[in-house]
Amino acid sequence: MSGPSRQAVQAAALAASRRWLLCLAFGVLVLTAVARPAFAIDTTQFDDPKMQEQYLRMTHELRCMQCLNTSIADSQVNLAADLRREVYDLVKAGKTDDEIRQFMVARYGEFILFRPLTNARNLWLWAGPVVFLVLGGFIAFRVLRQRSKLMALDTEPVEEEAGR
Amino acid sequence: MMNRFVLPLGVFALLVVVLYVGVKNSPDREHMKSVLIGRPAPEFTLPDLMNEGSTLSNAKFRGKPYLLNVWGTWCPSCRVEHQTLLELSKQQDVPIIGLNWKDEPDLAHEWLAQLGNPYAAIAVDQPGRTAIDWGVTAAPETFLVDAQGVVQFRLAGAMTHEIWEKEFLPRIQGKPMVAQ
Repeated sequence: MSGPSRQAVQAAALAASRRWLLCLAFGVLVLTAVARPAFAIDTTQFDDPKMQEQYLRMTHELRCMQCLNTSIADSQVNLAADLRREVYDLVKAGKTDDEIRQFMVARYGEFILFRPLTNARNLWLWAGPVVFLVLGGFIAFRVLRQRSKLMALDTEPVEEEAGR
Repeated sequence: MMNRFVLPLGVFALLVVVLYVGVKNSPDREHMKSVLIGRPAPEFTLPDLMNEGSTLSNAKFRGKPYLLNVWGTWCPSCRVEHQTLLELSKQQDVPIIGLNWKDEPDLAHEWLAQLGNPYAAIAVDQPGRTAIDWGVTAAPETFLVDAQGVVQFRLAGAMTHEIWEKEFLPRIQGKPMVAQ
C-alpha cells in the first residue's frame, strides 16, 4: 500500500486553502484599490476632452479644506462645490495646472495640495523614501555579505535533516 | 554586545520623536494659520445687506483697523458667538464688518432683527467667491485687518472674550490706531 500519507494529504489541503485565502485577500485589496463611489458627486462636463481631463486631475489633487481628508472632487460640502467652480472657471480660462495650484495655495496654503510642492522646504519629504531605500539596501547588503562569509567559514558537515 | 541594541534603539527613539512632533503639529482646522497673515487683505466689492441696491467695499475701511467676521444664519457656531460680538461692538475697539456667506438676505435680516446687529456694515457673499479669496474654510471666522490693510490674525471658530483679550486686543493696541 503506497500513496500519499495522511499527513501529506493534510499538508496539501492546508496549502491549497492557504492559497485560496491569499487569492481572496489579494482580490479584496485590488477591488478596494480601484473602487470608486458609484454615484459621482460632480458631473461637470467640458466640450474639450483635454479640459475635462485637466479639471478631473485638479479636482482630485485639491483637498477639501473642511473635511480635510477627501478631495474637492469627492466631497459634498458646499465649500468643495465652490472650489470646484473656481477650478472650472480657471480651466475654462486656459490656466495651467501650476497656475491653478498657485491660485489655491495663495488662499488656503500648501495644505490644500495633496501632492506637496517640490521645493527646498519639502526636499526631505521627497528625498526621504530614496534615502531610506538606499540605507535599507546598504544594511541588507552588509548583513547578507556577512552571512555568506559565515556560511563559507562553516565547513562542518551538516547534520542529517529529518526525513531525508 | 550592547552595540547590537544601540542602532535599533536609536532608530526607534528617532521614530518616536518624529511621530510625536508630527502628531503634535498635525493641522486641525482651528489651529491652522491663515496664509493671509502679514499680507494685504483681499479687496471686495459686494452687495450691501443694509442698503439694498448699493455695494460695499472693504477699501472704505482702510486707514483704521477692522474685523471681518464671516457668518451665516445656517451656522450654529455663529449663533454661539453672536452675543460676544454684540458686546464687543459696544466696546467700540474696532468696527466689525460682517461677511454674510452663502446665505439668504431675508434670513440674515430676520436674524439681525431677532438677535441684534453687532456689525458696522455687512457685505453679502452669496456665491462665496470672496470667502475663497480670504481662504475661509468654515463659518465663523474672524479676521483682524490693521490700519495699513494688512491681515494680522485669523480666528477659525467662535469668538469668546478670552480669545478677544488674548489674541485680538494686544494686536490692536500694539498697532497705531490710525495709519501714519
